[in-house]
Amino acid sequence: MNSFEYAMPKRTADVFRALESSDSIIKAGGIDVLDLIKEGIAHPQRLVNINSIDELKYIEGNQTTGVKIGPGTTLAELASSEVLSGSYRALAQAAGSTATPQIRNSATLGGSLCQRPRCWYFRNKDYHCTRKGGFTCFAVNGENENHAIFENDFGCVMVHPSTTAVALIALGAKLTIASAKSSREILVEDFFVTPRENMHRENILEQGEIITAIHLPPAAKNMVSYYYKQKAKQSFDWPIAEVAVSMQLDGKKCQNPRVALGAAAPVPMRSKEAESALNNQEVTIDIAASVGKEAMKKATPLSQNKYKVHIFQAVIKRTVCWASDIDPFA
Amino acid sequence: MAKEVKLHIGVENDLEEIKVTIPDDSPKPWDGKDKLKFVGGKTPRLDGKEKVTGNAKYTFDMKLSGTLHAKFFRLPCPSAVVTKIDTSAAEKAPGVKGIVLVQETLPLTVRYADQELLAIAAETAHQVDEALKLVKVEYEKRPFVVDLAGAQKSDAPEVFQGKFERDKEVGQIEVDEDNAGQRRGNVRAPQDYTKGGTKEEIEQFIEKSEFSVSATYQTQVQTHSALETHGVVANWEGDHLTVWASTQGTFSVLGELAQVLKIPQTNVRVITDYMGGGFGAKFGAGPFGIAAAKLAKKTGRPVKLMFSRREEHVSGGNRPSSMQTLKIATNKSGKLEALSLVSRGSAGISTGAGTSAPAKGIYECPKIYTQDADVFTNAGPSKAFRAPGHPQGIFALEQSIDDLAYKIGMDPLEFRKINTMNHDVRQKEYQIGAEKFAWHKRNPKVNADKGPIKTGMGMANSVWYYFYGVGYQATIKVNGDGSVELLNGTQDIGTGSRTAMAVVAAEELGLKPHDIVVRIGDTKLGFGPPSGGSQTTAGITPAVRDAAYLAKNKMLEIAATHLNATAQELDIRDGVIFVTSDPTRKLSWKKVASKIPGGTFSVMGERKKDHIDIKGAPAVHFLGRNFYTIGGMQFAEVEVDTETGVIKVKRILAIHDCGRPINRLTLQSQLNGGIIQGVSYALFEQRVIDRNHGLQVNPNLEQYKIAGSMDIPEIETIVLDTNRGNSSTGAQGIGEPATAPVAAAIANAVYHAIGVRIRDLPMTPAKVLEALHS
Repeated sequence: MNSFEYAMPKRTADVFRALESSDSIIKAGGIDVLDLIKEGIAHPQRLVNINSIDELKYIEGNQTTGVKIGPGTTLAELASSEVLSGSYRALAQAAGSTATPQIRNSATLGGSLCQRPRCWYFRNKDYHCTRKGGFTCFAVNGENENHAIFENDFGCVMVHPSTTAVALIALGAKLTIASAKSSREILVEDFFVTPRENMHRENILEQGEIITAIHLPPAAKNMVSYYYKQKAKQSFDWPIAEVAVSMQLDGKKCQNPRVALGAAAPVPMRSKEAESALNNQEVTIDIAASVGKEAMKKATPLSQNKYKVHIFQAVIKRTVCWASDIDPFA
Repeated sequence: MAKEVKLHIGVENDLEEIKVTIPDDSPKPWDGKDKLKFVGGKTPRLDGKEKVTGNAKYTFDMKLSGTLHAKFFRLPCPSAVVTKIDTSAAEKAPGVKGIVLVQETLPLTVRYADQELLAIAAETAHQVDEALKLVKVEYEKRPFVVDLAGAQKSDAPEVFQGKFERDKEVGQIEVDEDNAGQRRGNVRAPQDYTKGGTKEEIEQFIEKSEFSVSATYQTQVQTHSALETHGVVANWEGDHLTVWASTQGTFSVLGELAQVLKIPQTNVRVITDYMGGGFGAKFGAGPFGIAAAKLAKKTGRPVKLMFSRREEHVSGGNRPSSMQTLKIATNKSGKLEALSLVSRGSAGISTGAGTSAPAKGIYECPKIYTQDADVFTNAGPSKAFRAPGHPQGIFALEQSIDDLAYKIGMDPLEFRKINTMNHDVRQKEYQIGAEKFAWHKRNPKVNADKGPIKTGMGMANSVWYYFYGVGYQATIKVNGDGSVELLNGTQDIGTGSRTAMAVVAAEELGLKPHDIVVRIGDTKLGFGPPSGGSQTTAGITPAVRDAAYLAKNKMLEIAATHLNATAQELDIRDGVIFVTSDPTRKLSWKKVASKIPGGTFSVMGERKKDHIDIKGAPAVHFLGRNFYTIGGMQFAEVEVDTETGVIKVKRILAIHDCGRPINRLTLQSQLNGGIIQGVSYALFEQRVIDRNHGLQVNPNLEQYKIAGSMDIPEIETIVLDTNRGNSSTGAQGIGEPATAPVAAAIANAVYHAIGVRIRDLPMTPAKVLEALHS
């Protein structure tokens, strides 16, 4: 760990000033940043703690108006939020399934979206991988059991670690991103960048920008959602496969489905194949199973992770069933 | 002088009377018919409050004034020759007080990634980190091999090119030094064992047999991952060295430090007041202990050197992986006829214990051939790990036995029963286990459940050995105020030895366990056992009881003069000394203590050789000697998700024996711990080394997966009382047998659930799915 300056702004406006120098880094819950600094992956000269800014912590609105969430809201708060118990429940489920109770009490929604990859080569200071400015992705021909099965043909095969992003994409959420000078809105699914777009970053945030709000659109009529994470362990573990689904359900008839996959690609991704297989269908176990199969048709697993394709098929099937209130084991 | 006593011995209430000759200064061993007050009961840990309130001070917590922090410089290269080490810039870095090289002369051969080259001590841990960045090393990279299969190939890079020099670490498996000369490439000279024929005869017999199975099993490298990492705090006062160590053997650390530093043993003291876990890798001073002692000498300051979690994974020791090919034949009626096992284990840069002991020690089989060999790899040293070789060996053996039972259409439990008739405890354990687990409700068919999630039941035998050392000295001091101190240098590594010792002393003295002040974990307090081989309780409690017996006699003699009786006419119970024929004539313990001539006395009990050899079970050849076998077995119920490959262990029933149980509460904790560690080994734990670059990619507790609370099955434990009359307490060990059969029992339950065998540990979703889809 290197020595650094520590800034603790009290208002959002002060954050931008603190972020002016290019070697400063934001700390929210501090879960990921502390790891990165301790492992010698990040060497910030200034740490800007935004956890002390109360105006970034809120959950406002309802299913009719849409919901606005402050990026400083903790995952524990999301998991137990009343507002997120109905149509938006995928987000509460995702937040509640992350990490451990201790981490959820500290980790924030903004931090969850902006965390860096957990790839074991990226996290090891002795591997100068593509994402750290090197020329080799060590996982491609190395130990890649946990890596991507989509978008894995260009320079980096990590999977994006944000669980909340998977749910937010399924819910069609947007972000407000602000800097000292301006602010803009963007869909969560457009927030992340693939290695092909940029190898050295995971999202579009520019230096000096932060997420200031997360917006869930008003829930469409009969909208349901569900999130599920498949882990090897039952206790804390990173996912092998995670799936979030939202759709309008008229009886069992599905419309406008959104299916998002996590731990599948270097970005949390939508599966258009799954969505078109599900759209306008009467949901049954068989239909749900075919959605899983369709979603995996274009998968390109690496040498050690073919098993993830099978698991995704099962998890997509089950998540679609659970979203539709069908017992997948019946 | 010796005396002859009558004794009832046996398993549970199945007792026989024998006569035993015992020394005069030892009490009659506890009898199978004795009703004891604390021994065999449940006594909460004496130090429980200190631990849960954070008052217990571990090595990691030691803060001596002026302590320097030290850390190793490690080279992240799996194979190299270091030609130059330049520490000039590091020496000048802020706060740096001293640097010592691990090897003074160059060139130095690096045989695994992150091998330590030198240690730096500085005022703060941060300053050490900064100084480490300034060390410059020139080295030449060499080819390397990190996997067990690759290391055995004829063209594999040789890990040891010259003579193999093993880590000198007390507590490790003794090896024949000449063995090194017979090495072929990375494969050390194989250790062969035959019974009832030559290798060729046995293998031919199996080949021709009508009922046989043959399969290859693989197990992974598991790292010890104790909560408290390896490390010491070293402090010199003149030419006397005191070391606080997170160790399983205070005396082995003392011995190694004296030897390496070339100072008399009288000048070394090792303290382990509280210890944060050890599973076999913490017996020696280690490079860290030696470096800390040298840095402390050099700087004239106390030096603390504790491993980081990463260092613990890469350098702290590990359980060797294995590749085992096992062939077994039976006759039609289910009697085993022949067994052949060829086993290879990854030793890293050290040696392993082989995996053949269970194949030799559990079943009656007339023809046995086994061959073990260690294979060197460019990876961190393997070390003894909770039942060395046994979880691996039992994983292969017990799946093969299961396989064979199904093949001849026999209930796997029945098959085991008829092939272990020579073990009286085991036979009882089958009966109790089957009943408690409702084995009869198990569907005899495999893969019988409908739907994607399938349940299964399986079981596996354990085996371990009765180990104990002699010469341990427990001192009991009775003070004028009636307080009692019990002193011995052994350590409590979390198993509850401190409390077990108090229980034994209290039982003999007619006091309560919490009345006994136990001082342990300090080599100044008398020779005590290392905590390895599951021998601490078996080793130390007879010495404690003998000391308590002498103290009791002394108190009775003092009381006798005041009660107008002879000492023989008196007894002690509940803190009162009384005339047995007239209990109204009595004095309190305190009152008698106040009359001790001179105000206080000390007596010492010594661990002697056992009075008699243990009978009732076969003796087995392990580590160069014959040992009485301890039984034990576990039953597992699992749920296998055939769509995701995820295995959930629903419940484990463990039935074990360990001689006479001393404290059932901590005994149960040891069983729970062994089972949890076994579940973790079966399903999750695995050191992953990047085959292309030779570095461990998961040296943390995030990607090196260990079972968490949600992964723990419902656990039920049953411990049989086996009274053998062998020592004054009759205690044997449990730490190791508790973990040995877990993975095998789970694997057999998985087979019952899905009808496919997983012969490769850990049983990950990937492997389950591969087995189902192939």
